Amino acid sequence: MSVLQLRGVSKTYGQEPATVHALAGVDLSVQAGEMVAVMGPSGSGKSTLLTIAGSLEEPTSGEVLVCGMALAGMPQGRKARLRRRVIGYVFQDFNLLPGLTAAENAALPLELDGVAVPKARAAGLAALEALGVADRAGRFPDQLSGGERQRVAIARAVVGDRRLLLADEPSGALDSVNADEVMRLLHEACQRGVAAVVVTHDAQLAAWADRVVFLRDGRVSGQTTRPPGPESLLTPGEFR
Amino acid sequence: MSIPHVLLALLAEGPKYGLQLREEFEAGTGEVWPLNVGQVYKTLGRLERDGLAESDGTGQDGPQKRFRITPRGEEALAAWLRTPPDLTSPPRDELVMKVLVAARVPGTDAHEVIQAHRMYLVELMQQWTRLKEGEARDDLGLALVVDAELFRLDAVTRWLDAADTRLKRAAAEPSRPARVPAPVPQLRRLGARR
Repeated sequence: MSVLQLRGVSKTYGQEPATVHALAGVDLSVQAGEMVAVMGPSGSGKSTLLTIAGSLEEPTSGEVLVCGMALAGMPQGRKARLRRRVIGYVFQDFNLLPGLTAAENAALPLELDGVAVPKARAAGLAALEALGVADRAGRFPDQLSGGERQRVAIARAVVGDRRLLLADEPSGALDSVNADEVMRLLHEACQRGVAAVVVTHDAQLAAWADRVVFLRDGRVSGQTTRPPGPESLLTPGEFR
Repeated sequence: MSIPHVLLALLAEGPKYGLQLREEFEAGTGEVWPLNVGQVYKTLGRLERDGLAESDGTGQDGPQKRFRITPRGEEALAAWLRTPPDLTSPPRDELVMKVLVAARVPGTDAHEVIQAHRMYLVELMQQWTRLKEGEARDDLGLALVVDAELFRLDAVTRWLDAADTRLKRAAAEPSRPARVPAPVPQLRRLGARR
């Protein structure tokens, strides 16, 4: 079963003659354990696609299904539960709450969902450990490096066994070594069964994905196929 | 690409045999560029002739001959490491040519041409990334080579994005009046490298 399905999704803003067609008839399907990257120039609709997939915005037309459940007509309370339990978000600017420690930030979605504080904190710590920042659990965001803050943000996005990760330029503010590390962590989450959609303009980061979808003017303009094994790159040849 | 200097670098670690040099070169570069053993011996012969390396003088060519770097060889190696390669002239680049041509051929959508190349590059980068996460995790030489290739391909995709934007803007702008051509800058007189 697909974790995320978009069928004929369109989004328009404004009214004629000033209508903006942010998305037009987009189909996308993401399976468990799969990472899909979405690339495209500014204004191509990448971020709109992510907010619609994450139930933060409704499409003008088309269907969105998360774990087989249609978002259309879903009561707000159920949508909010979906956002707390099933979907994790990773943003470019981390969005950590400055007044909470790393452990408290990581545990927050579970606490908001009504999970008892000790259990939520334990799950938060486990998520920090999986991301290699358990030793930073007691620090506040301004005491962490950029790379550490992003790891805490990813911990918060995967805590409680989320099924779907939506990331918008997750390595945007980081140097290339840390950016690579963020993508490795997201890739490892996918290997544990999470489905991920990563929006990025950076081809090196998109290259971590199983599939890369290209958007242009709100439409899918192409996608890469699942590449063959890397051994095809190393064909015998003379070194001149 | 300077094989003589790379062999000097391996000899700088200590005296070595020809076959050993080939094995160490390939192991140190992630086995991305296989080296022909005949080429190794030919290069060692030239290094010896130029006084940059010497052999232990058993008098016979072949696998038993061990080579070592000379003081002149060490100086040549140090100079090579610190001298930047000449990058002043842009090489003839087939992809750049294709995009320049696509922009002019009637009935051709240059953006579609760019997208086809972009997809090919990203697919290639996906393969290299798998290699980076597989074999290259424990092989420093291979990791460095894979990184170099990923950054190189990434640079090309960024140029394609910039070209896409330039072509879009140029198509949207009203035609400009012809300008008096400026004097040809010195750079272009150097000519393209083959």
